[in-house]
Amino acid sequence: MDKRAAITFVCGLLLMGFSGLVSAAADRSPPTADHSKFKALQGPFERAEDVTAACLECHTEAGEQVRGTTHWTWLYEHEETGQTLGKSKVINSFCGMTVTNEPRCTSCHVGYGWEDMNEPPPEADNAVDCLVCHDTTGEYWKFPTLAGHPTYEPREWPKGSGKMVQPPDLANIAQNVGASDRQNCGSCHFYGGGADGVKHGDLDSSLVDPPKHVDVHMSPEGLDFACSDCHTTSGHEVTGSRYQVNARDELGIDVPGHTDLSRASCESCHGMEPHEETKINDHVDKLACQSCHIPAFARGGVATKTWWDWSTAGRLDEDGNPIKELDENGDPSYLSEKGDFRHGENVVPEYAWFNGTVEYTLAGEPLDIDNPPVPINDIQGSADDPDSRIWPFKIMRGKQPFDTELQTLLATHVFGADDTSLWSNFSWEKALQAASDLSGRPYSGEFSFIETTMHWPITHMVAPADDAVRCGSCHQSDSRLAGIGGIYMPGHDRNVWLDRIGWFLVAATLFAVLLHAIARVIFRGRSAK
Amino acid sequence: MSREMIFKRFERFWHWTQALLIFVLLFTGFNIHGTLDSLKFSTAVQVHTLAAWALIVLWVFAIFWHFTTGEWRQYIPTRNGLFAVIHYYLIGTFTGAEHPYKKTTKAKHNPLQRLAYLFFKLGITPVIWVSGLLYLFYNDWPETVAGAMELETVALVHTGAAFAMMVFIIGHVYMVTMGKTLTSHIKPMITGYENPDDH
Repeated sequence: MDKRAAITFVCGLLLMGFSGLVSAAADRSPPTADHSKFKALQGPFERAEDVTAACLECHTEAGEQVRGTTHWTWLYEHEETGQTLGKSKVINSFCGMTVTNEPRCTSCHVGYGWEDMNEPPPEADNAVDCLVCHDTTGEYWKFPTLAGHPTYEPREWPKGSGKMVQPPDLANIAQNVGASDRQNCGSCHFYGGGADGVKHGDLDSSLVDPPKHVDVHMSPEGLDFACSDCHTTSGHEVTGSRYQVNARDELGIDVPGHTDLSRASCESCHGMEPHEETKINDHVDKLACQSCHIPAFARGGVATKTWWDWSTAGRLDEDGNPIKELDENGDPSYLSEKGDFRHGENVVPEYAWFNGTVEYTLAGEPLDIDNPPVPINDIQGSADDPDSRIWPFKIMRGKQPFDTELQTLLATHVFGADDTSLWSNFSWEKALQAASDLSGRPYSGEFSFIETTMHWPITHMVAPADDAVRCGSCHQSDSRLAGIGGIYMPGHDRNVWLDRIGWFLVAATLFAVLLHAIARVIFRGRSAK
Repeated sequence: MSREMIFKRFERFWHWTQALLIFVLLFTGFNIHGTLDSLKFSTAVQVHTLAAWALIVLWVFAIFWHFTTGEWRQYIPTRNGLFAVIHYYLIGTFTGAEHPYKKTTKAKHNPLQRLAYLFFKLGITPVIWVSGLLYLFYNDWPETVAGAMELETVALVHTGAAFAMMVFIIGHVYMVTMGKTLTSHIKPMITGYENPDDH
């Protein structure tokens, strides 16, 4: 190695060291306790509730705090619409309702043993699951069919795969608890809708360790943010809501003593005038930051579901076995259990005016069946509403069962090792009747399928500034925001008649000038004679 | 006959800089409008804004110059000889008639020119400026303005004025060729001086 190469090498090393320092920007406070030193956590623990009991010996209020949160109650009283929402109440266009599908759905409940959605969650102090949010080993996994418990014996998953999931080492996990990181939140939120990336489009497992171009905030190459760096918490209550989105943060940068300390909005850190160029800042009154800074979702290599047609579920092969078909990318395109699917990666969002309020079409509410697709949720806002801005959305489309007599959406009993669930019996008649019987919801016995849409606000997977949506993507005839209404977009909007008259006048002037010039040439020739 | 300075140095500088800026503004403007697609939208906006500010600065100087030198009087409209000039351009030029207007340094524009330039200065340009500034500062409109009109109106007026500007330029450039020779009108705007027998 010659001298110059050696210097370059050393400088490179130094630079790497520095960039390492700089990129550890989201400095974590070192823990004040080494949990492996606590007697109560030495184990062995037979069951996860035993770990919780140990946690509560010191963190005396934590259980009560968690039981007061939406993560626990799965209930949300909407102040604007008056609706009672939450995972225990709403219907979505993925697996429908949680009701009658415990313990599959409640495998993501922040507790143990919620087996019946007709009842509130279990009341025992140690029914709260501390580990799902505070495990740092990555070994803790709420088994998908055990109502929130990890498995306590070797168990096969996915069913029929032959792969065995081993019970976790609860003592080791308990001794290594810490602050929540992306992996913790992601263990549920990345897998909504039944598999990786299915539901949201901007939340999937690629965010556990995302490259910078996928998420500039969460990437270890960038700021390495945990979810809770923005979704700040207070007494275990997490800020940020998909039912009542903060569509226009008017508080700006959050300063202790002055604001609400919720950082679940871009403005909380970036303020109200985040760009150097004034003209770009002029856009923030009408455009959510996300509209430009998330050019597409599902960018991390995980496809998101964009179409789910339940009406075709139940088709079996000649031997009466369920069918599984994959698309060219290896994502399922048909499953006998679930029907037809379409998936997408790098999906360009659709845009709409949004003031943050989301109203749901709850099971039992009348549908406008003559005008499909019917909205599963209705995002509120308009160009005239000063609280609204243009937001990006994933619009989930598909077909769902509804009651043709009552004209309402139906609860669906899809999961369960019984003789009525759709996924075991492939019969909609049985599944819908069972859902009604088990939940007590009305059902006439007559059903069909109707096309539905559901809006999912896109707010994660913020790209580096250089990758933001180009000005010309909207300011052109083939605009991303075509049809949004309520704004005049130079380059996209124009008055056709003004252009016609304008160009006509220009052409007429040119013509007159040309005529005059020709006449001059002709007459000059004559006068020269 | 001694050569007389028709267009002073500042006047020529003003004219040609203004011409250049107007072409830049038209080109970038119609890129923003979407008629042309040869620039990135952001580039078009940046250059358009920059050129607009440059033109405004130039105009501030020009207005100052016109008033301090009294040159503004060159644009006072007159009917005296107007119809003779119109008649010349419509008919006389084909029959070999003499141009009816003799320019002097005190009155270097013929009555038709005076009208055309006055319309340019008091008609097209102020409309472009006011609408352009309203366009640029759309987000800072006081409520009284915001309540009275919409961005679309402003954009419409601004685009309309741009078309008027193009019509003016076509006519203006053509009229330049109407001197004794094709270049005898443009020469004083370049050198400042007119050949004694060219007018």
